[in-house]
Amino acid sequence: MSERQSPLHAEHLALGATLVPYAGWLMPLRYTSDLAEHHAVRTTAGLFDLSHMGEIRITGPGAAAALDAALVGWLSALAVGRARYTMICAQDGGVIDDLVVYRVGDQDFLVVANAANAEVVLAELHARCDATATVTDESVATALIAVQGPAARGIVASVLPDAAERAAVVGQPYYAATAAVVAGVPAMVARTGYTGEDGFELFVAAERAPEVWRAVLAAGQEVGIVPTGLACRDSLRLEAGMPLYGNELDRTTTPYDAGLGRVVRLDKTDADGSPVEFVGRGPLTGRADSEPARLLVGLEGLGRRAARHGYAVLRDGVTVGQVTSGAPSPTLGHPIAMAYVTPEVSAAGTELEVDVRGRAEPVRVVPLPFYRRTS
Amino acid sequence: MSQIPEDLRYTAEHEWVSSDDPATVGITAAAAEALGDIVFLELPPVGTALTAGAVCGEIESTKSVSELYAPVTGTVVAVNTEAVNDPSVVNADPFGRGWLIKVTVQALGELLSPEEYARLSAG
Repeated sequence: MSERQSPLHAEHLALGATLVPYAGWLMPLRYTSDLAEHHAVRTTAGLFDLSHMGEIRITGPGAAAALDAALVGWLSALAVGRARYTMICAQDGGVIDDLVVYRVGDQDFLVVANAANAEVVLAELHARCDATATVTDESVATALIAVQGPAARGIVASVLPDAAERAAVVGQPYYAATAAVVAGVPAMVARTGYTGEDGFELFVAAERAPEVWRAVLAAGQEVGIVPTGLACRDSLRLEAGMPLYGNELDRTTTPYDAGLGRVVRLDKTDADGSPVEFVGRGPLTGRADSEPARLLVGLEGLGRRAARHGYAVLRDGVTVGQVTSGAPSPTLGHPIAMAYVTPEVSAAGTELEVDVRGRAEPVRVVPLPFYRRTS
Repeated sequence: MSQIPEDLRYTAEHEWVSSDDPATVGITAAAAEALGDIVFLELPPVGTALTAGAVCGEIESTKSVSELYAPVTGTVVAVNTEAVNDPSVVNADPFGRGWLIKVTVQALGELLSPEEYARLSAG
């Protein structure tokens, strides 16, 4: 089966992108250099095509309650115009996907899922919500363009001709979203991202995506915006300590394992004040109360060779964990990794080793995130 | 398409080797491009005996690690310390300043002509 093409496919070809198969799509891995693109996002701005992600709309009078029951978060408590990072878990508490949910209206929510899990999430939402709400798959119809970096605010402002909309968009806090017309194209503009920088994610109709892409690229030329691919997206999120489904999160992990127990709202109640019976509640309650078998930590590499996904973490030659993600950090200048380790070796400062292809490389446990923006 | 100098020979693993002795060994522009930004080189030290076709080192990029295979049987007589200290030179000039090692040649491995390598890397 051949991969799906993004609505921005022609743009990527024209820009000389290296395209790779990703979650059933052909997406840009890089345009020029991973390092140059990474640095651009940290110093000016990068432009990402994220059209492969899944967008699922939940609407109707029962939408909020349906999402409270389907997801671990308290979505009915989310204000209109705000967004929330949350997860959808299985009956056993294992994570099916991590999500961002945008509340567009009282009875209108947009669920954004990882490309690799979009189909599964859609199926689960149908199964869990069809009885009380309307579930609509808008993934193919929706393109997603992200502008990320310290210069993102100015660039996005410059493509919002309406002064009131401009003020609303750039004035909104992190994890909010608002409707606006961007370069003549109706959009939902969210102040969200996966890079650890300030930035905006523009949701537009797929067929209008090229206009928005070109307008933002042109608007950002002066400050040095560059198109940025999946390679630097991964190194940026790793520096920012953000989990990647498939690495830090999978069906065998609970939100608690990844240090994200805060997304599980065991305290959520329905309109009558009764606790919500959400999927996975029982096992997650048990997990919240019990001692963890393993914890997700950050590892700072003290040598030159980077730990990679799957490598063993050792102390005194004994395996105490496994690396979930690892790479050289372009911004910090040393290798970084996230790993699940046993609680006894999880304290910051603990010196451990990682088996890097047969050689023990020294590492040290450090708090996450590795990088925090100053602006 | 990436350049393929006429005066070199190539391996199926995207290494190049010069025709003199000691021979110079590196990776091709196609390999460097596929790897992306190279961040670390693990090269066999001077004096190492190499066997053609065997793994003799590693080239690590931001996203992956590739093995370096010895294109010839022989002994390492020089290592490009400039490249070791700044692996980006391999991306910048893979056939020139980005050379990796020099080897006295006892026997050749399976080598391809520029035309054969061009066909292989195009396909």
